[in-house]
Amino acid sequence: MSEEQIKNLEKQFEERIARDEKIEPKDWMPEKYRKTHIRQMSQHAHSEIIGMLPEGNWITRAPSLRRKVALLAKVQDEAGHGLYLYSACETLGVSRDELYEQLHSGKAKYSSIFNYPTITWADMGAIGWLVDGAAIINQVPLCNTSYGPYARAMIRVCKEESFHQRQGFEIMMKLANGTPEQKDMAQDALNRWWWPSLMMLGPTDAESIHTEQSMKWKLKRKSNDDLRQQFIDQTVPQAELIGLTIPDPDLKWNEERQSYDFGEINWDEFWQVVKGHGPMNKERMKARVNAWEEGEWVRDAAMAYAEKKQARKQKQAI
Amino acid sequence: MSKNWPLWEIFVRSKNGLEHRHFGSLHAADAEMALENARDVYTRRNEGVSIWVVESKNITASNPEHNGELFEPAQDKVYRHPTFYDLPDEVKHM
Repeated sequence: MSEEQIKNLEKQFEERIARDEKIEPKDWMPEKYRKTHIRQMSQHAHSEIIGMLPEGNWITRAPSLRRKVALLAKVQDEAGHGLYLYSACETLGVSRDELYEQLHSGKAKYSSIFNYPTITWADMGAIGWLVDGAAIINQVPLCNTSYGPYARAMIRVCKEESFHQRQGFEIMMKLANGTPEQKDMAQDALNRWWWPSLMMLGPTDAESIHTEQSMKWKLKRKSNDDLRQQFIDQTVPQAELIGLTIPDPDLKWNEERQSYDFGEINWDEFWQVVKGHGPMNKERMKARVNAWEEGEWVRDAAMAYAEKKQARKQKQAI
Repeated sequence: MSKNWPLWEIFVRSKNGLEHRHFGSLHAADAEMALENARDVYTRRNEGVSIWVVESKNITASNPEHNGELFEPAQDKVYRHPTFYDLPDEVKHM
């Protein structure tokens, strides 16, 4: 194709998206669109898969059967969400193996929030309430994104995710209304997860390199700072309701803006964790790579068994 | 060794009376495992009463580049629609 033809196709492509038409796997698309989508969707899938680790850690130690079935179901949903997203990503012509390889080699990123440790039961509450809360704010606009398979996967994800946040908030509420020790535990979890949750919504708009293009492709509908403000405004009253204190001395209601002003975020910490120096980066990767490598014989055995069954069927047919 | 599990397309009937609809895809060693995995991946909340699995490589799809010759001819055949035909006002239902 000549350069002019490509320019022409690109123009038509952008117009289709502007008209809110969806792009499907076999449609022509600019290479950059394909690459950006593989990057974002796989990052998202990896986050779901790695995101199971900090919570999986607490399944066997959940304080009651009610809490245990809920946590188990939540972690299972995350596996499911990872799978929806990986298969949506594969429609762009990248194989599942390549995607895993990118995760395991550290080439692909996942949400850095999962590089923090989960040291008490209250962390299960804080993750559901804050981390899933922030994730929902990020994800809801994606249900309407331009790439069909991604939008369809996100609709399923969002439908399932709302119970995640409620189960987390319920844990926090129960602890906050419990003994003084339980309340302290809830407050301590909020103290540790508040700032990383705010960082989870991404660098400030001034620092965000992908925003403009992503807005055009509807991979993003609101800027990181807008999403963050939305998260803060919706979460602060929830904390007040259960008698917990947001760990930010600068937080205060701004009557004029009808929004909360908040303190400065420690972006050095964010970039440190992104670069692999968070408290749990190594541990998470190790657990993931081990699971993959130690499962290899199972995957091979399943394949060998399937082939044997197939061969037997064919022999009988002759 | 390491031979990758093939990809399967998953179709789910959400309730009797409705058709099977494409839900997504997944990897599995064979059809039986694809069914079992589809149950866990796509019907955790009673989304279905029946599942079909088809290995992705067995699906032949039309090419969007040929959409013109495939689908455009139908556009100028308005006489295939009831509104093309003139009826006197007295005929209320037809």
